[in-house]
Amino acid sequence: MNAPHIAGALTRRHFLKVGAAATGGLLLELSLPGAQAFAALDSGQPLAPNAFIRIARDGTVTLVMHKVEMGQGTYTSLPQLLAEELEVSLDSVRLEHAPPDNARYADPMLGAQITGGSTSIRSSWTPLREAGATARELLIRAAAKTWDADPAQLRARNGEVFHPTQRKSLRYGELVDIAATLPVPEKVALKDAKDFRLVGKPVKRLDGPGKVNGTAAFGLDTLRPGMKIASVAASPVFGGTLAGIDEAAALKVPGVRQVVKLENAVAVVADHTWAAKQGLAACAPRWHEGAHAGLDLAQVTSQLEQASLQPGAVAHRAGDAGAVLAGASRRVDAVYHSPFLAHATMEPVNCTVEVKNGEVDIWVGTQVPVIAQGVAAGVAGVATEKVRIHNHLLGGGFGRRLEVDFIAQAVAIAKQVRAPVKVVWSREEDVQHDMYRPYYVDRLSAALDDKGMPVAWTHRIAGSSIMARFFPPAFKDGVDPDAVDGAVELPYALPAMQVEFLRVEPPGIPTAFWRGVGPTRNGFVVEGFIDELAAAAGQDPVAYRRALIKDARARAVLDLAAQKASWDTPRPPRKGVRGGRGVALMHVFGSYIAQVAEVEVNDDGEVRVVRMTCAIDCGFAVNPDTVAAQMEGGIVFGLSAALWGEVKIANGRVQQSNFHDYRVMRMNDMPRIDVHVVPSAEAPGGAGEPGTSLAIPALANAVFAATGTRIRALPIGEQLQKA
Amino acid sequence: MTTLNVNGRDVAVDLPADTPLLWALRDGLHMNGTKFGCGMSLCGACTVHVDGQATRACVTPLSAVAGKKVTTIEAVGDSDVGRRVQQAWIDLDVVQCGYCQSGQIMSATALLAKTPRPSDEDIDAAMSGNICRCGTYVRIRKAIRQAAGMPAEDAA
Repeated sequence: MNAPHIAGALTRRHFLKVGAAATGGLLLELSLPGAQAFAALDSGQPLAPNAFIRIARDGTVTLVMHKVEMGQGTYTSLPQLLAEELEVSLDSVRLEHAPPDNARYADPMLGAQITGGSTSIRSSWTPLREAGATARELLIRAAAKTWDADPAQLRARNGEVFHPTQRKSLRYGELVDIAATLPVPEKVALKDAKDFRLVGKPVKRLDGPGKVNGTAAFGLDTLRPGMKIASVAASPVFGGTLAGIDEAAALKVPGVRQVVKLENAVAVVADHTWAAKQGLAACAPRWHEGAHAGLDLAQVTSQLEQASLQPGAVAHRAGDAGAVLAGASRRVDAVYHSPFLAHATMEPVNCTVEVKNGEVDIWVGTQVPVIAQGVAAGVAGVATEKVRIHNHLLGGGFGRRLEVDFIAQAVAIAKQVRAPVKVVWSREEDVQHDMYRPYYVDRLSAALDDKGMPVAWTHRIAGSSIMARFFPPAFKDGVDPDAVDGAVELPYALPAMQVEFLRVEPPGIPTAFWRGVGPTRNGFVVEGFIDELAAAAGQDPVAYRRALIKDARARAVLDLAAQKASWDTPRPPRKGVRGGRGVALMHVFGSYIAQVAEVEVNDDGEVRVVRMTCAIDCGFAVNPDTVAAQMEGGIVFGLSAALWGEVKIANGRVQQSNFHDYRVMRMNDMPRIDVHVVPSAEAPGGAGEPGTSLAIPALANAVFAATGTRIRALPIGEQLQKA
Repeated sequence: MTTLNVNGRDVAVDLPADTPLLWALRDGLHMNGTKFGCGMSLCGACTVHVDGQATRACVTPLSAVAGKKVTTIEAVGDSDVGRRVQQAWIDLDVVQCGYCQSGQIMSATALLAKTPRPSDEDIDAAMSGNICRCGTYVRIRKAIRQAAGMPAEDAA
């Protein structure tokens, strides 16, 4: 998900409070800057910290943060920022999952305790370094007080304050109690980038060792004394309800303890997973299929196509694109289709819950602990503070764990079970009861001048508004700011432009954010259409984009990607395949990215991705190796979707079920991937999502270059196979 | 009751004989390093070694491993090859979310135990049963090559 409702760049202003920790040692409470923090500052309200740093008497540094680790490297890059200024080693910083507490841990860009939208580094970059520098300064002053020395003479290094001339030192742990009594320095100096030891360096992930030896704990690894396992089947038809089960047959399975009926699902509770699964099969649930029993994908797409013929809410308007188009001698029109997509995280959906004595404990991996707590409290019928969320590493998020449907379900089951119960969805349940990246229909038109350059551009987006459900205040005047992200602020100079959004919700089908969110679909559509214009103008796709670019950073990544991909050197022909390269360029999530895809299409119409070249300028890269890893992984995620990703609906049911029919990239499908991270001193941009957003249009444009077939609907699938 | 040898130790598992080894490890022995991903031998997250062979634990019944030697991620580092694979994974920062990596490491270790200097085709063949949604394949390939003492990329 994205953070479109907070305008402008983050500034350095924020709050900081220092004091003694309850357990002894130094406690820093800081408030990461954002709209709320600024409002509070202006109205003189007290400090509302949303991150905590504890330095204990044994010198351990603990950073309690609102961000979760789902592979993006946050649990390494955030400690890097702190450790740099605090002058401690990276491995002396422990990062703790924050408990749910919106007042404390809200992300300033998102306005809530959420990990998503490629925001973690962007919102923490300055305040975490300032907090580290403040703590360092306090510890230096504490040493100065102890030695009756001038603080300016003292230096901090590797968890110690030392006196360079008198050759003596004190460890931080010995100074924390004095430091906690000192006033907060008015101003602290941040280190010069040339002195960085950790920030900007490709330091190793802190979560690496646990993830290669099997000890890393995901939600599914929860073990509680007396815990039961529940297997679940929800109505296979959207909106259906449970009609009946053979409870006796389920209870006959050895190890099955209980059958729990919910309105739209049945859960079989057992001593172990195998019994639960067999019990679920034995109970053979029957369903009232309800209003969506006849729903097919074709109905959804025709509904969207019809709706998109009507004007939408205007998201962006510059000049009078309609008038220019009406008078244009040359125009290009296109309709793009983007399918429903499942998240298919490697860790299937699961949640462990214990309801006992009016209190609820939840062991889960979630991107939204506060929302989870609220929903659980509602389902359990207890006050919010009676719900404890024990967060875990996430076995993939991609937006799926921004949702709490499965947490609500697990609590509803656990309410009826007198033991902790781990609710585990099968992969089939995970795919068929996902909340899907919505289906969208995009209509675009452009007027070209006599040189083939665009003089007017209109883009109408029709589909679900996730923001209207997820964060209603952001859905204003009929415009979903995420759904148009990547469609409005293009890196190209277009004299007349209009972007519209039409909210059309698919009947009964739940929709949700999916990696790269708005920009992932808009990238496919906008960069595909720009490519169409270049083709209509008879121009090279890189040269055409270059002529339209209005921003030096965008031009630099485009040039770099083109050069590294040998864009100007023709591919040597290979027998039996048609080859081609395609390019895409975007400025999204605060980063500039260009990618070039190189493909080969054989006589059977099968696409093989040979090589992906990516150039990213994400501003200052806190951990360039993590940025490269996010590009590599984001590209693979995008290629899976572009080549095969599609959730189809027939008779109100999802037709895909597991990795055999929801195909994703495997080792043997892999192209070579080259990532080039542009050195930059600009403020950091996001990296978690944009790799995905760019890979899709680069691939689609490469397919066009190879075959002459324009990909206007995803996935590419079997579109190139000869009839 | 089924008796098998897990990581060098004889253990008795009191679960039905048709219970998949995956759930015997996780629910019966509380060994959580082996992961559930698909239940149909499609993703490789549950890969273990049975008598040295990479095996999908989610479709392998307990009865099929009675009396056999099972090695899991918890003990793969006891072998020289397994230790080199784990170290290469750390050196190249392969992991992202990490959920699939137990299975990836088990498959990679089984490959190198049999084929100490694998070609790219060998790597494809051994690793294509292991899905990684974070898309760490580029680094997995490099890490396997490093663990094999080979240059990061083929000269070709």
